[in-house]
Amino acid sequence: MLLARLTQANGAPGQEREVRDLIRSEVEPHAHVVKTDALGNLLAIKNPDAPGPKVMIAAHMDEVALMIVGIDKDGYLKFRPIGGVDPRVLVAKSVVVGSKKTLGVIGSKPIHLQRPEEREKAFTVQEMVIDIGAKSKEEAEKLVKLGEIAYFTTAYEELGANKVKAKALDDRVGCALAIRLLQEKVSFPLIAAFTVQEEVGLRGAGVAAYQIEPDIALVLEGTTASDVPGTDEHKQATALGQGPAITVMDRSVIPHPQLVQELLALAAEKGIPVQVRRSTAGGTDAGQIQLSKAGVKVAVISVPCRYIHSPAAIMCKDDFEGAYQLVRHYLARLEERAGLS
Amino acid sequence: MDVKQVFRTLSEASGISGYELELAKLIQQSCPWADEVRTDKLGNLIMLKKGQGPEPRPKVMLAAHMDEIGLVITKIEKEGFLRFSTIGGFDQRVLLAQEVVVHGRQGALPGIIGAKPPHIQAPGEQSKAVKMEDLFIDAGFDSAEEAERSVRVGDLVTIKRSVVDLQGSLLAGKAFDDRAGVAAILECFKTLSTITHQADVYGVATVQEEVGLRGAITSTYGIIPDIGIAIDVGFGDSPGLPETDTIKVSHGPGIAIGPHVHPKLHARMVETAKEWNISYSLDPSPYPGGTDAYAIQVARAGVATILLSIPLRYMHTPVETLDYQDIQRTGRLMAMFIAGLDHEFVEGLTCF
Amino acid sequence: MKAIIRQLTEACGPSGYETEVTGLIKDLIKDHVDELRTDVLGNLVAVKHGSAEGKRIMFAAHTDEIGVVITYIDDHGFLRFAPIGGVGISTLVGNRVRFANGTIGVVYQEGKAEWKELTLDKLFIDIGAASREEAVQKVQVGQFGVFHREFTDLGDRLIAKSMDDRIGCAVLVEALRKLDRPRNTLYCVFTTQEEVGLRGARTAAYGLDPDLGLALDVTLTGDTPEAKRMAVSLGQGAAIKVKDASHIAHPRVKDLLVGLCEAKNIPYQMEVLEWGGTDAGAIHLTKEGVPSGTISIPTRYVHSPSEMVDLRDVQACVDLVLAVAEADLEGVV
Repeated sequence: MLLARLTQANGAPGQEREVRDLIRSEVEPHAHVVKTDALGNLLAIKNPDAPGPKVMIAAHMDEVALMIVGIDKDGYLKFRPIGGVDPRVLVAKSVVVGSKKTLGVIGSKPIHLQRPEEREKAFTVQEMVIDIGAKSKEEAEKLVKLGEIAYFTTAYEELGANKVKAKALDDRVGCALAIRLLQEKVSFPLIAAFTVQEEVGLRGAGVAAYQIEPDIALVLEGTTASDVPGTDEHKQATALGQGPAITVMDRSVIPHPQLVQELLALAAEKGIPVQVRRSTAGGTDAGQIQLSKAGVKVAVISVPCRYIHSPAAIMCKDDFEGAYQLVRHYLARLEERAGLS
Repeated sequence: MDVKQVFRTLSEASGISGYELELAKLIQQSCPWADEVRTDKLGNLIMLKKGQGPEPRPKVMLAAHMDEIGLVITKIEKEGFLRFSTIGGFDQRVLLAQEVVVHGRQGALPGIIGAKPPHIQAPGEQSKAVKMEDLFIDAGFDSAEEAERSVRVGDLVTIKRSVVDLQGSLLAGKAFDDRAGVAAILECFKTLSTITHQADVYGVATVQEEVGLRGAITSTYGIIPDIGIAIDVGFGDSPGLPETDTIKVSHGPGIAIGPHVHPKLHARMVETAKEWNISYSLDPSPYPGGTDAYAIQVARAGVATILLSIPLRYMHTPVETLDYQDIQRTGRLMAMFIAGLDHEFVEGLTCF
Repeated sequence: MKAIIRQLTEACGPSGYETEVTGLIKDLIKDHVDELRTDVLGNLVAVKHGSAEGKRIMFAAHTDEIGVVITYIDDHGFLRFAPIGGVGISTLVGNRVRFANGTIGVVYQEGKAEWKELTLDKLFIDIGAASREEAVQKVQVGQFGVFHREFTDLGDRLIAKSMDDRIGCAVLVEALRKLDRPRNTLYCVFTTQEEVGLRGARTAAYGLDPDLGLALDVTLTGDTPEAKRMAVSLGQGAAIKVKDASHIAHPRVKDLLVGLCEAKNIPYQMEVLEWGGTDAGAIHLTKEGVPSGTISIPTRYVHSPSEMVDLRDVQACVDLVLAVAEADLEGVV
């Protein structure tokens, strides 16, 4: 299954090769041109020379992870998060490190040796190490190089009637959607941009948009859902099972008002449940795409995911399908319009 | 041209972010190796050393920022004391009792940074840092009227500091961040003038890095390089800093690895260092911001970038300390890297 | 001019939803400019052609204002919201907000919330609806609103919401209406989304690539009781910016403005702002760079519903814009 393979591939910001290679093999049959740029963005272009609106659908390939920044004399690996990770989720997880795929665990001081007041405090990144079982710095250096990445080892699994658990749903859900949407039959130029380095500052998207010069861009994301015990309803951002989320504003972007209205109206017309994202926190690639050159019309469509930026996130398959249907209908609407003009 | 001497001169000159024009002239005079030199609209100094390869030649941009952090007058008190804030990130604790140069309307004036003397402070006050807002510059004026004849709100202030020769080849002074990088570019140009290279090399002394990488944004847009090499200073090992956050002084440049570094450039730079026996440190950088490399990488359709860091102790103080040999090593490493470049390698940078 | 200021400040234009404001401005200037167009981000670009020896100047004043966006409607008809731009808690509680469709509500705090620990998510808006069903007749999640407050004329001094930056817009409108055939070609851009990150100015400047960029925006003052130290006062003239957090005025541009004020006897003061930003921050980084600066209108109580300006400062800014329009910029840019 595509989403399983996508989430089980590893791709830290700047090191998206595994994900990119997987996506490339998926999109090649459906695109006229597939290329990469100096940052590693993968652009799959359908109908490059056709007239009509140039439409970009964008999803980022990278995921948050841990970078190895030191190896101590006893062979323990020191690390720092790359992208936004709450250090409290890290302790006592298993990871896979570097190009040699060395297995390791994130260790900390055992509870028996802690003073009671110590247990009240969260572990810091500086206090944690990755233990790969090496006995010395020399032994560890044979397996791991500085600057290599440690990834969570979470497997893709289906939960309950219609839910999925996996790592990196942010934003492999977007990648999976973009791969499927590229298979739509359209006559205008459609460009799926699989971007790099979103998690360290929306780095790839601006560069991609500069090359594409789209008229319209739809950013496909995995976004925060907080429909969990202890969160007031007005602070939940999104909830699972209520359909894809449409953004009216976040830290990076205020999407194009008419485009937002059009998507909401289209969803109502086609009977696709949608939710307006109830938070303005966070940012997406849309922020950079909108400001590319003389400006781009953008919208953000997200699949709600609980526990993003942690080793395991959960999403609802119906929301994923809803996002797909909504964008598919939007592309069909553009196709109709192009035909009329 | 003795680049080490040039480096001393540059360190002692003034060039606060946004006001680098005079400094740019000094750098230009110190670079006899460039074929063309121009200044762009924001003041970036762009020195081109042409390659010997057939056209179109690959373009390599070397970027080091020439601006330094400094102070700016915000108010003139009625007693003639000058209040100030900073341009760029100064630690307020290092400012007390520094000698300064006030760049006024009719020229430079000496002054010192004063605050309430210890004798009249309340008990316990001495354990607290003196806040920036409580500091002032005393330039000897007795009244606001007298001060206003020479100084006005918006005038700039630099710290007064001559380069100090420490043991061995270690030097201390102000604005080594990033005149050290500028010196490394000059060392590189000097070496390139003695060897053949195919690529065109644009040595850029960028402006306004300390206030947001601003000069690198516009200069890269104008040059459209195939490869961007940013040279900045990195945290040198010093007491109290964890090993994982520093690079060793006197052990050559740090070669960064992280999202802002193209993997093929990193690999080639490390190979070059090994081949020419130039010492270096690996510098893992999970947080890519903070140097010109960050801006260069996302210019236009994207640029393959790499960051070299010259180890420096006591960053953003007027006693920044480094080993001049690290500047020479950095310059030589870049020159050998450039000498090894060809079209095939450059074209491969967009193939992932 | 007071009538224009009243009209512009009483309009509703939260970031991203500025069409009411740009529409008003369009009507005010359409007979006084050579071209008028709107771009993808909603920026209104007014062009006034100059002579052959002139340069191309982009003036920017932003049309958007800070505000609120509805994020949730509860069972009892109360609204929760998120801020748009720098909206402070102390200026919200007890104040009224208005949405584009005219719906008005009062902002208040949760009953148990202690003032000191108050955060924006403990505030709500009451639009007088008794239930969710009733509320959704009037508003929807995702709607943008602004402070609801009328303009007050105190003589020389004026109070209104959104002086930031409708007063800059008013300066440009007034200048355009007075200009006949300037030496330099002027692109007066009424920008969008400044309050959320100088966004409109960025794409507008890319499209125009001007020789010189000048923002018209408000700045803070240090002349109120126990104010933070700042050498700008109301009534002391146009403020010429040296720096803020978004840009350092190009030295030649700053000197040009000072020189024009000296030559034309326009009252002015120098401004060093330790935080904040203006559209010049985006303009000067466009393409290969654009020498830029800011002419600031000194304003008290910025980002509150009662921002105060002095009409004499505003007039000085208009005079300075007119002087720049006619200035010989050879050797400056």
